[in-house]
Amino acid sequence: MPDATGLELIAGELREADADAVLDTLHFRGRATLHVRPAAVPGTLERLRGKGYGFLASVHGVDYFPEEPRLGVIYELLDMRSIDRISVKTRVHTEDPHVPSVTPAWPTADLQEREAYDMFGVIFDGHPDLRRSHMPEDYEGHPQRRDFPIGGEPILYTHNEPREPGWWEGEGS
Amino acid sequence: MALTPDIDYREMERSVELSEIQHGPEDEFLTLNMGPHHPATHGVLRLLTTLEGEVVRDVKPIIGYVHTGIEKTCEDKAYWKVIPIVERMDYLSYYFNAHAFCGAVETLLDLEVPPRAQYLRVIHSELNRIASHLIWLATGGLDLGAMSVFWYGWRDRDQILDLFEMSSGQRMHTRYFQVGGVMEDIPPGFEDAVRRFTSGFPTRLDQFEDLIDKNEIVLQRLRNVAAVDEQTLLGLGVTGPLLRATGNPFDLRKAAPYSSYDHFDFKIPVGTVGDNYDRYRVRMAEMRESVKIIEQALDGLPEGPYITDNRKIALPPRHELATSMEALIHHFKLVTEGFRVPPGEVYYPIESPRGELGCFVRSDGSAKPARVHMRDPSFVNLQAFKPMVQDLYIADLIATLAMLDPILGGIDR
Repeated sequence: MPDATGLELIAGELREADADAVLDTLHFRGRATLHVRPAAVPGTLERLRGKGYGFLASVHGVDYFPEEPRLGVIYELLDMRSIDRISVKTRVHTEDPHVPSVTPAWPTADLQEREAYDMFGVIFDGHPDLRRSHMPEDYEGHPQRRDFPIGGEPILYTHNEPREPGWWEGEGS
Repeated sequence: MALTPDIDYREMERSVELSEIQHGPEDEFLTLNMGPHHPATHGVLRLLTTLEGEVVRDVKPIIGYVHTGIEKTCEDKAYWKVIPIVERMDYLSYYFNAHAFCGAVETLLDLEVPPRAQYLRVIHSELNRIASHLIWLATGGLDLGAMSVFWYGWRDRDQILDLFEMSSGQRMHTRYFQVGGVMEDIPPGFEDAVRRFTSGFPTRLDQFEDLIDKNEIVLQRLRNVAAVDEQTLLGLGVTGPLLRATGNPFDLRKAAPYSSYDHFDFKIPVGTVGDNYDRYRVRMAEMRESVKIIEQALDGLPEGPYITDNRKIALPPRHELATSMEALIHHFKLVTEGFRVPPGEVYYPIESPRGELGCFVRSDGSAKPARVHMRDPSFVNLQAFKPMVQDLYIADLIATLAMLDPILGGIDR
């Protein structure tokens, strides 16, 4: 992990390239996080790749409800040579949940961005095949959001399917 | 009223775009659906394949058939009640799921794990790694037509489950790892039983290799099949035995030792070309290294507590409840509300049998996690399936899927 000073140096370099790319830096329990603007995500990852963080270990979504901006996307980068990790975080509002996709540059993000879209409703602009990954195609809502209730849907078995009329017709019909 | 709705399932999936393949006017393509209920898909994985004759030209994995919302459920449980739930994600490497989650929470709490607990975690994790690889060997052998390997693999794995039953009372999903240590100390006789297993197991591996290594059919099915180069795999985020088969020795146990792995002397097996044969050899060699780690951990097992003595995190010993009011209060607080975790976010990666298993936990300061996410290696590794099997025979697709070793419980969560 870069220490607090190293993280500030990286943030400084990123700010030199793009003045308002980095919103904040966070160093917590030895874990370095760069908080960047959504539009600056691909550029930031690319610059960090140039600094050796060449492996995108994970892309995942977070919901910061009730804080705003609510939705977060976190990119965990790994430098396989010096075994160094850094996280890049971006946050978007639910009304405008657009983040540029990094799939063209990092093929591993494909399924993981689809999962974040499925579970949180973050729209990754430029993703080649942005479909729901886990939930059914016709599912409404994004179940990992904090205000999405647990339960409330009938669990369908062969024996109770006739007693749950209209479940396939969707709302309003 | 009709019992089943009138849904055209192909119509529902019209957004699944199959690749455009350039071909002559006389070529015929067949779209074949495999799974989700197909024994060779190792779970409920659905593969939409485009075939030209017997040759796979395109494959689209479709997942989500065992999605049970485990990550969502975790947000509704106190931290220590999350452990049995995350264990059910990748159901063959349950100790690793629990380890990644406990490690993330311990990092958030800034909590030190006693050395004895770290060693006990290593012993159980490595036993679990062997058990998981044995299932891979058994089912992979079955997919290649090696029926006897299937039975023998299952037999040896059952011996490991007996050991788990001895130490925790459960054969699978043991809930043995706790935040701050392990649930209880190993019982008398456990060490002898593990040593009996580890002394006999290398012979078992020799027998497996006698069965498989010189088998002409297996060799032809595995050698130079589905090789993918290291750079492609790295771009796709692949870790674990699949990456090591290409010669990249990245293993978190060595690269970023956690839980005292730096105390043990073991090697990281790597392959050369990254074909199915290398994947097979790497996993076989890993089992031998795991045996070495277990024996060293038993030799050096430190005395001391098996769980942290921080009473705000770990339950007090049973005998204290009868005499100490404070212990009673701590016990009551822990089993009702659970412990609170300072706000923050942590990503804690460990090396599972399938690669980097990272657990992301976000705490908002309450007694329940605000977000639990598992970076499951099967989920990420599955993306490498298409580059592996493109332009191979469909029979090799089955063998390659077995060597990829995906666990759908971990993919769908």
